[in-house]
Amino acid sequence: MLTPKGRGSLSEVVFEAMRGAAPSWRRALHTLPDTDEDLQITLWALYEMHYRGFEDVDEALEWQPELIELRRSLETTFEQDLRERIPHASPDGEFAEAFFGFVADHDGPSLATFVHREADHEQTLELLRMRSIYHLKESDPSAWLVPRLPDATKAALMELQFDEYGCGDVNRLHARMFARGMDDCGLRPEYGAYIDDVPLEVLEENNAMSLFGLNRRLRGAALGHLAAFEVTSSLPSRRMAQGLGRLGLAPSMIDYYAEHVEADAVHEQLAVRTICGSLLAEEPAQRDEIFFGAATCLDLEDRFARRMLQTWAA
Amino acid sequence: MTSPDEAGRQERPEQPDVILCADGPMLVRGDHVVQDADGGLHRTTRPISAICRCGKSGVPPWCDATHKVIPRRSA
Repeated sequence: MLTPKGRGSLSEVVFEAMRGAAPSWRRALHTLPDTDEDLQITLWALYEMHYRGFEDVDEALEWQPELIELRRSLETTFEQDLRERIPHASPDGEFAEAFFGFVADHDGPSLATFVHREADHEQTLELLRMRSIYHLKESDPSAWLVPRLPDATKAALMELQFDEYGCGDVNRLHARMFARGMDDCGLRPEYGAYIDDVPLEVLEENNAMSLFGLNRRLRGAALGHLAAFEVTSSLPSRRMAQGLGRLGLAPSMIDYYAEHVEADAVHEQLAVRTICGSLLAEEPAQRDEIFFGAATCLDLEDRFARRMLQTWAA
Repeated sequence: MTSPDEAGRQERPEQPDVILCADGPMLVRGDHVVQDADGGLHRTTRPISAICRCGKSGVPPWCDATHKVIPRRSA
């Protein structure tokens, strides 16, 4: 993957510096983002340096102090925004029941329901392009957490991650299954191929996962996000599979969603009970952070769904 | 006094093979062949599997989270 297109003054200056032989870090550090989108695409690229990186950027820059300084500054702003969007109170009661109830009570727009009943072929392909930014690195942000957790939580998370990563079989690796589906739908299966096409909301969804995964102090939020993601996956995945079937899309893409119906019916129980549950047994003070992460996951998906439904209704 | 055996067990609480989830499925760890109500046999395919307990799953004997959209019985 090459560096994305700039979306404003900051991203243009930073990406140019990242690609350059003799970069001007000072200029990169002293440029302010023009818009939220400019900030988010810059942050996305800075996080990407810790995943697979860019063919046009020297991989030695992963820990370039100026890029880390810039990342810290942008992610501080982003985290403050996320916290301001979310109500502070978290529900009382036994954790698993409270958590499932919290997600069930959330009433947001559903892209899966739209694909199930109404979306046309082009709208569905557009959604798959948007989803590809995450699904082609599926579970990678949660992998950052593993060494940062108490033993019981680490073991529980790995039980889930092992399944996500195909239990040792690369063909069952979820990201690989999605790539195969993209290819069979006539879409580009390469990692990050559609980054220039995605709106602000997709960048925020992806950056929130990296923010939570890469900061140990946010481990509770990361696991809460993971749990909310899993709890809102199984039923919508069935709607997606049925919608893709209605439109006659590639069986391999239908298989990807069908796999998530069963897998995430397991994963939602693990994420809430054994993963978040064990963290809370060890660190009860993480409860509010778990709910912050969960609420963020739901809120960001609502924003993305509203954006897409508005675009398609226009 | 606890014997060394008992102390060992206390340090290593047993990992359950089966977990019953309140208002949810039964999780089973490891390889199993599950017989459904009609006698059909289904081999588990993942390290831990969720078996439907509400009877409404679209992919029996596995859970597909349908239990979440069924009205809960009042106690």
